[in-house]
Amino acid sequence: MSGPRIEARIPVAFPLAGGSAALIVAALILVPLGAVTMTAGGLRAPSPADLEALWFTLWQAAVSAAVSCALAVPAARALNRRRFPGRTALVALMGAPFVLPSIVAVTALLTVFGRKGLVNEALGALGLPSVGIYGAHGVILAHVFFNLPLAVRMILHGWQAIPSERMRLAASLGFGPAEVARHLERPMLRQVLPGAFLAIFLVCLTSFAVALILGGGPRATTLELAIFQAFRYDADLGRAAALALAQVAVTLIALGLAAAVTAPPAFGAGLDRAGERLIPTGRLRTAKDATVIALIAVFLLVPLATVLTGGAGQIPRLPASVWHATAVSLAVAAGSTVLTVALALTLATAGRKWAEAAGMLPMAVSSLVFGTGLFIVLRPLAPPAMLALPVTLIANALMSLPFALRVLLPEAKRLAADYDRLAASLGLRSWARLRFLTLPRLARPLGFAAGLAAAFSMGDLGVITLFSDGHQQTLPMAIYAMMGSYHQNLAAGAATVLTAITLGLFYGLDRIGRRSDDM
Amino acid sequence: MTCDGPKFAGLQLEGLELRQGDFRLSATLAIPAGARVALIGPSGAGKTTLLSAIAGFLPPSAGRILWAGTDIGALPPGERPLSILFQDQNLFPHLTVGQNLGLGIDPRLRLSAGDKVRIGGVLDKVGLAGMAARRPAELSGGQQSRVALARALLRGRPMLLLDEPFAALGPALKDEMLALVAGMAAEKGTTVLMVSHDPADARALCPETILVAEGRALPPQPTEALLNAPPPVLRAYLGQRHTER
Repeated sequence: MSGPRIEARIPVAFPLAGGSAALIVAALILVPLGAVTMTAGGLRAPSPADLEALWFTLWQAAVSAAVSCALAVPAARALNRRRFPGRTALVALMGAPFVLPSIVAVTALLTVFGRKGLVNEALGALGLPSVGIYGAHGVILAHVFFNLPLAVRMILHGWQAIPSERMRLAASLGFGPAEVARHLERPMLRQVLPGAFLAIFLVCLTSFAVALILGGGPRATTLELAIFQAFRYDADLGRAAALALAQVAVTLIALGLAAAVTAPPAFGAGLDRAGERLIPTGRLRTAKDATVIALIAVFLLVPLATVLTGGAGQIPRLPASVWHATAVSLAVAAGSTVLTVALALTLATAGRKWAEAAGMLPMAVSSLVFGTGLFIVLRPLAPPAMLALPVTLIANALMSLPFALRVLLPEAKRLAADYDRLAASLGLRSWARLRFLTLPRLARPLGFAAGLAAAFSMGDLGVITLFSDGHQQTLPMAIYAMMGSYHQNLAAGAATVLTAITLGLFYGLDRIGRRSDDM
Repeated sequence: MTCDGPKFAGLQLEGLELRQGDFRLSATLAIPAGARVALIGPSGAGKTTLLSAIAGFLPPSAGRILWAGTDIGALPPGERPLSILFQDQNLFPHLTVGQNLGLGIDPRLRLSAGDKVRIGGVLDKVGLAGMAARRPAELSGGQQSRVALARALLRGRPMLLLDEPFAALGPALKDEMLALVAGMAAEKGTTVLMVSHDPADARALCPETILVAEGRALPPQPTEALLNAPPPVLRAYLGQRHTER
């Protein structure tokens, strides 16, 4: 290449769409947050309990994210270079714990690690003391269970995004594993890991159900749990608002740090030749990879299997109200998935830092804070119960948006770097560009993002609890109600239905994306 | 050249100034329509940058770019009277050869039966008859170059900018491509601007050459004379072998 690097002057596909989407998202987040703050009457000095919640939130999020990423690198490497029966299913199921409704997932962990769980029964049989799951380490265990698969998937995507031409070049140069790691894998990890760490850190910052069930008390209360308690138990909107603002500040700092450490993409484009992998041979390396894959599979799949086998027998006995709630959940999930994907695609292809920032903004606001703010704004306009489902749909879409954006952004940037000039030189614009370039090139991450959004919406138990008067029920809310009225068996049956639908939606949408990409 | 004189039929760069950080390049020159001109100069002198500016990827900090007397500086890349072939990424890998070519007729790919016949025709012309349904990855490097050239042929723009698209091809294949370009250009009267590292390419295809060096792009001069008696900066770049024939 002669001359300096060309900074192309290339118009984006829809110049106004990025700004409009960013404005809509920003307004939907900032207006409710402003309403909460105004209702609270401004900031107040934090109490020692508030500071403790802030510290615990940061600490558990950092530890959870670091452990998840550290375990995910060997797992993703092993999954990338090995082919074995069931690999495709395992990779798809890797998405399962992360998208599993939190109420179901925590119950599943309790069946394995709880007081009467499989682990403690085994320890008891061996005459060993039992281990507890309640407390800070339980919160971290649950967060790693939820987020390790996300980290594996994100890093695996990164590995697959290394063009096969580069791997062939490496093979032709006689690279060993060390050289491949140095010249191909570590640059990729430097690009992918900050994003993965940040995504998990942010999930854990706003973690609620895990802390509610496994945490609590002065040593293991997150900001999110403290906000909930202030809202629901103390009706202290001022304290809730102060905690919410602290969380916004923490999130923005984390976003700034991540933006500073993320390396720009340095891989050229490949021509989509069938995948070429460098497969290290040798019994030791094969055994190491096999062990890593087996351990991860057991850790992730055993709790899931316990849930599904436990509740399946109850399904025929489920009342009609559960099936009605299922239909409602499906309709809400469909609407919120379309909204999430449309917003994420618009923001990811806008090619602007502020569009990315707007898309990440929902991370700063927890589901409950968002719901309370909207409640305050909308209460004078219409009865809250009437708005329960539309508000839930929008809330679910916004809460999924940062994840969808994280998945789409690296690929969207690569698309722009590789094909913007060619598209511009051919006059490929707006809908034609969307149809013939953006959608086909981004099919794989789009399918993954849609799967995440649908699953999150199916499993969400947040905003609707504030708006519903009991008649507008989603499936998670119906399960929550049955658990509260001691119908544990029916709750397990409904949880199995919820799990099956959630995983089905996630797996199906992810598969559609991958198949379109393979074509 | 004055405004009320007859319009110059060709490409004019008037007081063109390109800047990127510390990098500067200025150019005032004219290339008659139908000419075939090579851009030669040391690495980093700005050959690709100049081509990018003409193609519309880099806004000049001063000056005008005119085609047939009309300022084309405000046109987006796709509407300029030119086609450009990059060093790589000239084809969309997820689209078929036929679709890649169709984009040259209509970016929205609304193709009539007649358009498809035309696509078949140019494929035939570049020696790839019957390959419309293939994907770029199923073609050799030379065949991919032919598809990109065929698309330029379909677009029928009066200028063709070549940013070393054949650099990765072998000598025989490269000569073949240059001959194909020469034939296409002669048939349609296309103006060709070609960046090249190889003086032999310039000699083969381009009677005239623009020397890009020391922050300036000089007006075209006869290639043979320039290469036989190069100024010091070009002599240093070319080395002995190419200057003594």
